[in-house]
Amino acid sequence: MNAIPLTHVLMVSTALFFIGVYGFFTRRNLITMLMSIELILNSVNINFVAFNKYLYPEQMEGLFFSLFTIAIAAAEAAVAIAIIINLYRTHSSIDVEDADELKL
Amino acid sequence: MQLFYLLKNEWMLSFMMVVLLILKVADNGRSHSSWIRIFNGLMLVLCVAGWLMPTVEGEAFGGMFFSYKAGAFAKNLLCTGTLFIGLIGEDWLKKTRHVVEFYLLIISTLMGMCFMISAGHMLMFYLSLELASIPLAAMCNFGFEERRSGEAAMKLILSSAFSSGLMLMGISFLYGATGTLSFAQLTLMSSYEPLFIIGFVLLFTGIVFKLSVVPFHLWTADVYEGSPAPVTAFLSVISKGAMVMVFAYILYHVFGALNDVWYTLLYVLSIATMVIGNLFAIRQQNLKRFLAFSSITQIGYILVGISGSSAEGFTAAMYFIVVYLFSNIVAFGVITHIASKTGNETIDSYKGLAKTNPFLAWSMAIALFSLAGVPPTAGFFGKIFLLKAGVGTGNFVLIIVAALNMIVALYYYLRVIRAMFMDSNENAIQPLESGLSLRIALFVCLAGIILTGFAGSIYEYILNLNVGL
Repeated sequence: MNAIPLTHVLMVSTALFFIGVYGFFTRRNLITMLMSIELILNSVNINFVAFNKYLYPEQMEGLFFSLFTIAIAAAEAAVAIAIIINLYRTHSSIDVEDADELKL
Repeated sequence: MQLFYLLKNEWMLSFMMVVLLILKVADNGRSHSSWIRIFNGLMLVLCVAGWLMPTVEGEAFGGMFFSYKAGAFAKNLLCTGTLFIGLIGEDWLKKTRHVVEFYLLIISTLMGMCFMISAGHMLMFYLSLELASIPLAAMCNFGFEERRSGEAAMKLILSSAFSSGLMLMGISFLYGATGTLSFAQLTLMSSYEPLFIIGFVLLFTGIVFKLSVVPFHLWTADVYEGSPAPVTAFLSVISKGAMVMVFAYILYHVFGALNDVWYTLLYVLSIATMVIGNLFAIRQQNLKRFLAFSSITQIGYILVGISGSSAEGFTAAMYFIVVYLFSNIVAFGVITHIASKTGNETIDSYKGLAKTNPFLAWSMAIALFSLAGVPPTAGFFGKIFLLKAGVGTGNFVLIIVAALNMIVALYYYLRVIRAMFMDSNENAIQPLESGLSLRIALFVCLAGIILTGFAGSIYEYILNLNVGL
């Protein structure tokens, strides 16, 4: 059953986390940036589920936490997309480089 | 019945939300001023009831929710602050199209903050933090046609989503290291295990992001400048106040055993925050942006107080939040009023304000003196207590840097005051008619600025709240 060790799962989730961080910092399209954030949140979910299953199989706290994370991520994406749509109306673009009115 | 008092602010806020929704469905054609009256009335009732109802200590929902005296005080304070923000924002609210929606968002954010202060479990903490930050981004977008408002909202939602991603990663590591997420268990099981430390540092980063401490402050000025003025006031006063409370609580009572780890973090971050916040504040022209950097600097001072790691540090931080709330509400009240009447937000346009609008100019001057920490105002006492709490650790370098920064800060606060009182201007802002509610809010907060400093009993009251915590 436990043929795959915990470290392998953690490697996947860490890789996913950093792909998300990299995407967030390099992508210029707002939707893609939002997708990168979803990657980060999903890597957290993998972490929670893996820790729960491998280390603390007697309780379910980690599983529940990941369920709540999924729900919150959906809510966040809904608001973010609404904001992006409004940004598209005023800027006619969803490129972050075009939203550059506020500067130091 | 105990639950009734335990959750007093939370249930009253959700009740208020339902009332507003029913009123909206029942009569859609109500005028703006009538909505404003309804909201202010309900909020006033809520604040009075909140202060008068007895505070019960205890926990609910299997330890998920945890009420303590200092937290109850902070919740009442935040609700009162929101009432004042509703009052000062009246000029702007009359012009916005969706006034009820704005109120619903503000109430849900406030409810998130109340739950966050009382959270006793990481799940509760995360959920309430998101409840407090997602509606805020929607509020920032309330200047629908303005280009910069949309930009500010986009920056806020992306940075807050990213920071909560980091924080969640930290929470998952904490879970991996200990197998529990409840604060009470985490306190018992905290250790110097590398996984636990990494988890703690990531969690710390997530919170510090929301507090806009320096390496993570880049969103602050943009969001403050782009949002409508009452939203900026809410962001800088209520949201920051709640975050400081939660931050201090988590550091002291959940990760108290890791004292030396977070002391080092706070030491470095507070110096960076004070210095960089000050340097950037000097060169700002836009007043909202200027207050953004000023609030970053104030957070730096608060970190100095918190680093004292004693009951005094916690008390000093809370006391400073009270003072900061009054001073910032007055400053933003003046800015909101002038911005929504004339559209001017720059320091240059405030030249000669003292001749045309003496009341507004004096209010602004007193608020800025309090933020700068000039003696007769409460800001002075707030800073004294913070520094005193910081000295407790015997680290004088930190205190000297903080004191030097306060002197630098005096320069840029006085720059605004000079523009208002000494510079002459041919096309100064015309005399403005200020409404009754704005005047009430300004008078109460000005009285707060003066009296909080002299009434020593307030500090003692807050200190007593923290005893036994």
